[in-house]
Amino acid sequence: MKTILSAALLLLLGACAPTLRATGDLGLVVERADGRLKMVENTHSTTLAEISGLGDLSHASVVYSRDERFAFVFGRDGGLTKIDMLQARIVGRVMQSGNSIGGAISQDGSLVAVANYTPGGVKVFDSDSLELVADIAAIGADGKSSKVVGLEDAPGNIFAFSLYDAGEIWLLDLKDRSSPKVRKFPHIGNQPYDALITEDGRYYMAGLFGEDGIAMLDLWNPDLGVRRILDHYGRGQEALPVYKMPHLEGWAASGNLAFLPAIGRHEVLVVDMTSWREVGRIAVAGQPVFAMLQPGGRRLWVNFAIPDNGKVQVIDVPSLSVLKTIEPGLAVLHLEFTPRGERVWLSARDSDQVTVWDTETITQVAALPASKPSGIFFTARAHRIGL
Amino acid sequence: MKRLLLSTLLPLAFPAWASEPSAQRQQQLSALLDQDCGSCHGMTRKGGLGSPLTMEAMRELGDEALVATILDGRPGTPMPPWKLMLSEADARWLVRRLKGETP
Ligand code: HEC
Repeated sequence: MKTILSAALLLLLGACAPTLRATGDLGLVVERADGRLKMVENTHSTTLAEISGLGDLSHASVVYSRDERFAFVFGRDGGLTKIDMLQARIVGRVMQSGNSIGGAISQDGSLVAVANYTPGGVKVFDSDSLELVADIAAIGADGKSSKVVGLEDAPGNIFAFSLYDAGEIWLLDLKDRSSPKVRKFPHIGNQPYDALITEDGRYYMAGLFGEDGIAMLDLWNPDLGVRRILDHYGRGQEALPVYKMPHLEGWAASGNLAFLPAIGRHEVLVVDMTSWREVGRIAVAGQPVFAMLQPGGRRLWVNFAIPDNGKVQVIDVPSLSVLKTIEPGLAVLHLEFTPRGERVWLSARDSDQVTVWDTETITQVAALPASKPSGIFFTARAHRIGL
Repeated sequence: MKRLLLSTLLPLAFPAWASEPSAQRQQQLSALLDQDCGSCHGMTRKGGLGSPLTMEAMRELGDEALVATILDGRPGTPMPPWKLMLSEADARWLVRRLKGETP
């Protein structure tokens, strides 16, 4: 048994790998224009392998199996691709719709769900076999098919998502996979465009494009229904045109404080999570896209929409002030921290590179070539609710 | 402010009356279309949060309406006005590109 195991493991990562390896420091960088992934490791900041044949990867995202062995890649063209992180190759792929926007993996790791734009809905697959388990059409109370956005995993093998056109939040309960149950919350507001679930799995929040505020559902008390928080969020006398939709994913709490990219403004909003009130705004260099808290919560890293997408700002959380502005390349699309936050990786699409920064000194420590890189996803996401 | 924005953003932009953006500008526009318009409309323009901008769909629509949508956006939807970043000549060139009429 032992010899079989080690023989199998020796095949991993190129047949010549002389030693065993684990996946905890691995990650994938999306090369969006080439339908390719770069497999990287973040202990020494190097590229290990390339995996191609993934189709249209604009706006692609990745989730990981609970053992961090497999990655599930959601492509814009509706492709769902399963990658073996140890063998650096595709081990499964289904074209599940014409047009998708992202996905999630269930709490127990057995199910992968994909959110689709056209036709709008959610498809759920078995994470081992990629066989279809459930197909939920997103027909809103208005009787029309809706684009699905903000698909997140919630405790209890539930997937939460929002209907962009209909303005609804749905909870898809798959505790019993043979009889999926949907609970619908209509009239949450206009055009939810993205959503997040808090790290503790308790609150699902959808940003509304068509009006001010955020629709929030307390998953511990779903009977209380959806409530509106942050009434001023997005309120836009003279807000600027929004050239890129902000992402809500980076939400994390530092003490009682959480941070949100403002819509159409050069500001990051500071929110007190005990009162759900806005308690401050931090002026920044452009319209924020991601406002991501460094693990530990001491610093916040922010990137921007065009035309300010060559900059990244680092905000000191205790003083709520900008500590440093860096220029890691042209068109910085995404950032990802190492699990304990000592490094951050930044993708610069138009510079064709990913740079790695020391988060303490805010200095660049490595650069890796990558063709039109967008998302960066480390395997540590496997153990975080909502990622 | 607007002047400043435009001059830093568009060092190569031709005035609005010029009929054709420079070759270099065309390259920038083509990248903008793939990447930045692509973030909502899809890199292959098959649609996303924004509607599909396929050649067939675009050929159904008039040039003036399309130029106006690009420059002024569609209020009430996420389609932003691009006129701070694009001249009318730029928008016209993008419309021709969307309709498959550029080389
Ligand atoms: C932030 C998201 C976003 C970005 C970026 C964006 N669009 Fe749009 N666009 C939309 C949405 C949403 C619609 C649909 C509006 C509606 O419902 O009427 C749209 C509609 C359009 C239409 C009208 C299509 C039709 O069938 O009537 C055109 C043309 C268009 N966009 C071109 C562009 C171009 C060119 C760019 C880049 C310079 C761009 N868009 C960037 C969101 C976006």
